[in-house]
Amino acid sequence: MEVNEVFEKVKGLFVEELGIDADKVTMEAKLEEDLEIDSLGIVEVVMAFEDEFSIEIDDEELTDVGTVGQAVNLLHSKL
Amino acid sequence: MSKRRVVVTGLGSINPLGNNVPDTWDNLCKGVSGIDKITAFDTSELPVTFAGEVKNFDANEYMGKQHARKLDRSGHLSIYATEEALKDAGLEAKERLGSNVGIVLGTGIGGIGATEGGVRAYDERGPSRVNPMTITQLMPNSSTGQVAIKYGIEGPSLTITTACAASANAIGEAKRIIENGIVDTVVAGGTESGTTPMTMAAFAQIKALSTNNDSPQEASRPFDKYRDGFVMGEGSTMMVLESEESAKSRDANIYGYLVGYGSSTDAFHITAPSEGGIGSSRAMDASFKDASLNPEAINYINAHGTSTKINDATETTAIKRSFGSTAENVAISSTKSMVGHLLGGAGAFESMVCLMAIKDGVIPPTINLDSPDEECDLNYTPNNSIEKDISYAMTNSFGFGGHNAVLIFSRD
Repeated sequence: MEVNEVFEKVKGLFVEELGIDADKVTMEAKLEEDLEIDSLGIVEVVMAFEDEFSIEIDDEELTDVGTVGQAVNLLHSKL
Repeated sequence: MSKRRVVVTGLGSINPLGNNVPDTWDNLCKGVSGIDKITAFDTSELPVTFAGEVKNFDANEYMGKQHARKLDRSGHLSIYATEEALKDAGLEAKERLGSNVGIVLGTGIGGIGATEGGVRAYDERGPSRVNPMTITQLMPNSSTGQVAIKYGIEGPSLTITTACAASANAIGEAKRIIENGIVDTVVAGGTESGTTPMTMAAFAQIKALSTNNDSPQEASRPFDKYRDGFVMGEGSTMMVLESEESAKSRDANIYGYLVGYGSSTDAFHITAPSEGGIGSSRAMDASFKDASLNPEAINYINAHGTSTKINDATETTAIKRSFGSTAENVAISSTKSMVGHLLGGAGAFESMVCLMAIKDGVIPPTINLDSPDEECDLNYTPNNSIEKDISYAMTNSFGFGGHNAVLIFSRD
């Protein structure tokens, strides 16, 4: 799967599952500051990623993930 | 030091009969039933297939999905009712209500829908699939916290969980907070959404629910000879309580005064009322004392009136015990005949009914009261509302656990 395809799927999850405005979801958007996803929301996002891509994500892998782009790159590397 | 008087300056409600107070009141006075087949989930395996559901309310549409997914339905309803109440009180414009405003909210079973959903996810998909919002949705104080966050309520907060007496206790405790000068304003009321599969099944298991699946709108028949249990309802009613000085200083509309609060405990049985209604009678007596009133001053009682065999007969006995010979003169009705039993939301709903009855001089009926029961021989305002000048109205709320809470509202 291309990075762009991963991004589109991630964007779809943010919009569908979390009710975030589609135009806010860019590769540069910060999860907490721009998308207002709090610590509980991050767990929800990870669960949605795991279901959508049939992968498992460890907590340690998330330490450097602060933006949509970083999440997309992590997911891309695991596919 | 004399206690400060407490007034009600705002009402908000969402319930099986309406998504605002005027519609609800209009339907109550017309004797409309809000009970119908359950639409929220498949009831084919349940022995009871009907309830009083809130209609035409989509939480995602109302508050946006990003906010709505953090709350259980009982929380959604409480936010909605609070918004209505604050608008009605003329307080909605404030971004944060601040530290001179408190909140006391009652609920019987909190976010039970979230509990059920969490267990279902665990069983079907394992522990790693349990929604991370589960705890913050299921905790009984979830609605209290969420309403406080939304409106910046920074004064004292309490969540009362005395089952079906919860929101009557909440309003009563709010009265004490204001009359003792702790804060000037308290947002108080209750919320419940127990029209969920496991909860319906569990109440059906203890034979508490009516099984009149063929005629849902006739199932809730308080004080009628052929009553066979209560009907589950959901909803939230919130109100703004203020010190009289606070309300008058800002020229607020005053619905009425909260003049009496009595509470007691049966200490007898976890579900059955104490014999002869001794416990609930003690709460009525305490409310008279708190209001410095004699029973004959009361013009209207909104009864607990659940439509169970035992409650309605015992409550009748309890009213006679507290009212003596004047029991025959007081007009009584049970609005649960129309909305079902809102459990922890019931006392607040019925307080709203008392205040509207005082304001408009109308007593809404007990519908489906067709066949008198020799054990229930008082005046329950059967089937048609009546016009009556009301100076004092009382509402009874009794909960599993043996909790009793009684409130008295007055016009002046």
